[in-house]
Amino acid sequence: MSLPSYAGPLERTWYYAFRIICAAILIFLITPILIVIPLSFNAEPYFTFTPGMLQFEPEAYSLRWYEDILRNGMADPDAPKGWAWFTDLWQNAQWIRAMRNSFFIGISATIIATVLGTLAALGLSRREMPYRALITSLLISPMIVPVIITATGMFFFYASVGLASTYIGVILAHAALGIPFVIITVTATLTGFDQSLIRAANSLGADQTTTFFKVIMPLILPGMISGALFAFVTSFDEVVVVLFLADIEQRTIPRQMWSGIREQISPTILAVATILVLISIGLLTTVELLRRRSERLRGMSPG
Amino acid sequence: MATISDHIAAGTADDGVGQPLTAADGTPLKKKLAQANRRARLRATLLVAPLLLFVLITFVVPIGQMLVQSFYEPTFSQVLPRTTAALQSWDGRDLPDESVYAAFAEDLKDARANRTIGQVATRVNYAHAGSRSAFTSTARKAERFEAPFKEALIAADEDWGDRELWSAMKWASQGYTSEFYLAAVDRTRDVDGNIVMVEEYRQIYVKILLRTLYLAGLITGLCLLLGYPVAYLLASLPTRTSNLLMILVLLPFWTSLLVRTTAWIALLQSQGVVNDILVALRFIDDDSRLQMIYNQTGTIIAMTHILLPFAILPLFSVMKTIPPSYMRAARSLGATPWTAFWRVYVPQTVPGIAAGVLLVFILAVGYYITPALVGGQDGQLISNFIALHMQKTLNWSMAAALGGILLATILVLYWLFNKMVGIDRLKLG
Repeated sequence: MSLPSYAGPLERTWYYAFRIICAAILIFLITPILIVIPLSFNAEPYFTFTPGMLQFEPEAYSLRWYEDILRNGMADPDAPKGWAWFTDLWQNAQWIRAMRNSFFIGISATIIATVLGTLAALGLSRREMPYRALITSLLISPMIVPVIITATGMFFFYASVGLASTYIGVILAHAALGIPFVIITVTATLTGFDQSLIRAANSLGADQTTTFFKVIMPLILPGMISGALFAFVTSFDEVVVVLFLADIEQRTIPRQMWSGIREQISPTILAVATILVLISIGLLTTVELLRRRSERLRGMSPG
Repeated sequence: MATISDHIAAGTADDGVGQPLTAADGTPLKKKLAQANRRARLRATLLVAPLLLFVLITFVVPIGQMLVQSFYEPTFSQVLPRTTAALQSWDGRDLPDESVYAAFAEDLKDARANRTIGQVATRVNYAHAGSRSAFTSTARKAERFEAPFKEALIAADEDWGDRELWSAMKWASQGYTSEFYLAAVDRTRDVDGNIVMVEEYRQIYVKILLRTLYLAGLITGLCLLLGYPVAYLLASLPTRTSNLLMILVLLPFWTSLLVRTTAWIALLQSQGVVNDILVALRFIDDDSRLQMIYNQTGTIIAMTHILLPFAILPLFSVMKTIPPSYMRAARSLGATPWTAFWRVYVPQTVPGIAAGVLLVFILAVGYYITPALVGGQDGQLISNFIALHMQKTLNWSMAAALGGILLATILVLYWLFNKMVGIDRLKLG
């Protein structure tokens, strides 16, 4: 969309005005995410830039909030850094425990969602599947139904079957929330899937299992992985279900942030936020690379 | 599959003898095909079945249970079974007769012993505000009541001579009730069972529902307004540049909701970055800092930011498919840039607009986290009231009824989305 040579002055003005508007909107989108990074190095317990920070004085910056992430909840944070200190950190530090919970719950939920979701997507992409539209919209609905409703329902149900305040309860709930993403991404990779490849494999003597692992799986793997990443992020970022279903024992990072924001807001939250932003940059890069690989594999790359 | 059947049909007609075609093992081809079809259907179903079962158990059943909770509340009949039975024959015109009072006195004794009187008091209190103390104080004297119970009870607490309270108890004694849905639209039953509005000062839910719809609509509008130009720019730039700029849209999309909400708190609070900049630039005085958060403004800004990628991505994927030559053709045929854009380009992006608008609206209507953290008093949505009843007042049936209303709204929108866009065409990332 370069400016054509015949453009009049009005059009020329609008061309630049439009770009400025778009730049402003993009800045609106990205600023809040980038702003937390410098703020997290604040030496003072404020949520804004101190005069010292603006003049780039080294003493206005510090890593104290990152240290705080580790120290919070430890029995003896000032002990010499040895084996005992590390066990203390691993066992007692609130954020470390939240992180362990987040990864444990997230990974378990992702495995359930990815395995079941991929199988279902394979079934749903077959034309013979009866009631396909109805079942698809049912399986996608956990993404559409507000989490507060899901969490309310799960609270009643899981409490009545004794799954409230257990890891299994939270994992099952998060798996249900992640499933739609796996279905959507795997189905998307399957739409360009050439069914004759399966017949070719069969005619060359491969059995069902070999065909799946040697032919189908490599082709849908990018979709599976990005679906799994979506499911993981859904669990990693989820707080409402955890609020309703989990006990202090199952606190995850978002749950810990939630009480941090509500109760004693300190720049520690910003330090955690910075770490999470870095994680999301990593995830975004992975998904983007996978998407390109998938397009290349299927010959859909724009070049 | 239809083509094969046609082929067989044609084959049967062609050979003229009327002999059906057979497979190698002698079974008619038609039967064989039906078998193969059935097997393929079964195989597809078996692949989907585990997940379907999983979603049914972990997701559909819980929501069903929530809906049951919204109109079934058996506390009263469980705790006060004799009163429940006795109230069945009460016609509600006068005060109940002695037998009801006797049954009630008997039940109170049990409830007092089992420490369940509080549950029942709370339950009736939902329907008849201010009746809680009558239950608890009377139960304390339950051991000492003697016939005639009617006089004894009224002497213990004059509320027991109130026909309205007894009518509320009769409604509560029927486990199945529409009371919570009525309460969710600010209505209640009067003593004769007519549906009336609740007192002015207790009318909150209709206001909250309307506010939720209004804010969701406003946020959707803002997302469309901000998302359309960006999607247009991204779709019209060369792939390399647009991929780069796309990161600015996708990074927020991938970043934790709580991180973004925290960031807005840091930016917008009265000692925050935006206010500091405005003060430094002397747009505002230090003592007249803007209150941009912990109110409706905060909710609107933060939610627009969080939901904007959901508007941009569907718009972008539609705009990407529109050939730029259409606009050039319109221009060469004499259209002004505005006409070319409005009459040629915009109509082609309608599917993207529909997808983006519905998606953002559906997500906004049910939002909980962001309004709870930055919404203050007037930025709360219906979800926040569901959470309030779940966690603070413990009026679970009320929470379930509000959830039921929200769910119905969402399902209508979801149905509309499916009709207009098709959920299987939704793309991510």
